Amino acid sequence: MEKKEIKFSENVLELIQKMKGHYPAGKQKSALLPVLHLAQAEFDGWLSPEVMDYVASLLDIQPIEVYEVASFYSMYNLKPVGKCLLEVCRTSSCWLRGANEIVAHLENKLGIKEGETTPDGLFTLKTVECLGSCGTAPMLMCGAQFHENLTSEKVDELIAKLKAENTRKTYLDQVEVNQY
Amino acid sequence: MGKKLLLANDHIPGIQSYEVYRSNGGYQSVEKALKNLKPEDIVEEVKKSGLRGRGGAGFPTGMKWSFLAKPEGVPRYLVCNADESEPGTFKDRYLMSRIPHLLVEGMITSSYALGANTSYIYIRGEYYYVAQILEKAIAEAYQNGWLGQNILGTGYHLDLYVQVGGGAYICGEETALLESLEGKRGNPRIKPPFPAIAGLYGCPTVVNNVETIAAVVPIVNEGGDSYAAIGIGKSTGTKLISASGHIKKPGVYEIEMGITVEEFIYSDEYCGGILNDKKLKAVVAGGSSVPILPADKILTTPTGEKRLMSYESLAEGGFASGTMLGSGGFIVMDENTSIVENLYTFTRFYHHESCGQCSPCREGTAWMEKLLHKILDGHGTLADVDLLWEIQSKIEGNTICPLGDAAAWPVASAIRHFRAEFESFVGSSTAKHAIH
Repeated sequence: MEKKEIKFSENVLELIQKMKGHYPAGKQKSALLPVLHLAQAEFDGWLSPEVMDYVASLLDIQPIEVYEVASFYSMYNLKPVGKCLLEVCRTSSCWLRGANEIVAHLENKLGIKEGETTPDGLFTLKTVECLGSCGTAPMLMCGAQFHENLTSEKVDELIAKLKAENTRKTYLDQVEVNQY
Repeated sequence: MGKKLLLANDHIPGIQSYEVYRSNGGYQSVEKALKNLKPEDIVEEVKKSGLRGRGGAGFPTGMKWSFLAKPEGVPRYLVCNADESEPGTFKDRYLMSRIPHLLVEGMITSSYALGANTSYIYIRGEYYYVAQILEKAIAEAYQNGWLGQNILGTGYHLDLYVQVGGGAYICGEETALLESLEGKRGNPRIKPPFPAIAGLYGCPTVVNNVETIAAVVPIVNEGGDSYAAIGIGKSTGTKLISASGHIKKPGVYEIEMGITVEEFIYSDEYCGGILNDKKLKAVVAGGSSVPILPADKILTTPTGEKRLMSYESLAEGGFASGTMLGSGGFIVMDENTSIVENLYTFTRFYHHESCGQCSPCREGTAWMEKLLHKILDGHGTLADVDLLWEIQSKIEGNTICPLGDAAAWPVASAIRHFRAEFESFVGSSTAKHAIH
């Protein structure tokens, strides 16, 4: 992992400043969850203790207030993840329509188990709970993009596309909105 | 063809954009409200409409609004709950991404009715792309004078913000949502005080679901009585149903409340029947939390009448033979479905999503998941099924928020209606399932 100075880019700092204005004076802690998303997108897809301390200083709160939030919510990664975090839903509706087979196919194809990262650092495979895509099950999320009505063939196409792009996907990406 | 109030214009190309939305009658409720109605008139119309909270609890919206405290000099807030996370539910995502301006319009009209000058839409983090769609719609509303200072020259001002969560089902519980909006862990608060008295930043706050707020638009446009004329009994108006599982046409359907469950499952207008023409085995009618019912009980009430898609009819028979409309997350299972394995996915979900504040829920959900895993693996005993029953009964009613009940009910109902299936795993050497 490349060494980076922990500082947001100017436009992100500007955005955070604007965000603080969404709340009453003295309630800037409200911006914590959105700012953690920005931090994760900006600093290699995860939140190191140093990044969390930096966020605390920006919002003028104690570091522990950031740690306890970051460790509570499932979208914040407290360990490094691959450039493409594949989050496969497997709750009821997705399970009914073959989510376990999709997970098995991905494990097989990528040569890793759920929770692991490929040696090249490109893919991390994660299983998650309901993402609200039950009518288009099975599905996975990569960055902000929902990939729906999955089949083994669609998964193969997606993996090939992501390999070719070789870029980090984040929750903040602009995505195409799928038809239902 | 049933009447549509929220998705009536869903088929219109470009309805996502401000121009198309506006030219199809959009923002009329704001004009009518701000120019012709007093805030209390709107609350009255919402009361008359009989609208009930569409997030799952079904509490009368007009009554919730009338509880809002109005101390002098203290801001009031309207917060939209867009933390849609109940397994089987995806209607709010559909509505927000297809017709974002309907929610923005509903937020403005409702904020005016409640006297709020700052409002928030709290949306689950996994819907980040939907948040971007809403941000765009809000920017368009500001540009066209529907938000900001002195709206329509009336002196009313409103700022509307989208707040993105971090991935936690519990934040759909309204006090956990408010904690999260304040930048904290999503631990539900002890009530009272209710948010109507002390909510966001300790100020009076109303929290309403996306669909509830959207429904305020047709209620203001056409009047509460006209809304109440649709539906059946105390289930007035239309409801968005998220249909998924083993059906031919999964998707979001706006129904007039009161159609039969049978029509909803088998008619081509809705689910289109069971996938591959298999037999229906069971339905979870209102999102993962509500009791699962076997085919005969979901289609007919205990008195032998056809069951209807309404709050009352679905609940008929109590928990012995009925269920709940809940969020309208309608999950259909065919004859080959393992009820126990499906339950395992639910229980794993609740274990994952328990905030950990109350011991019965924190420990109980973990224990139930472990027991179900053991049973599915073929190592369970008959006593384990009894133990499972025992654990769920000790969670129910013993937690600060309803997540405990929500975790208990699916377990209780699965055992109640499908006990033999649990027992069939006991001592079975072939029981090994592909569990992840």
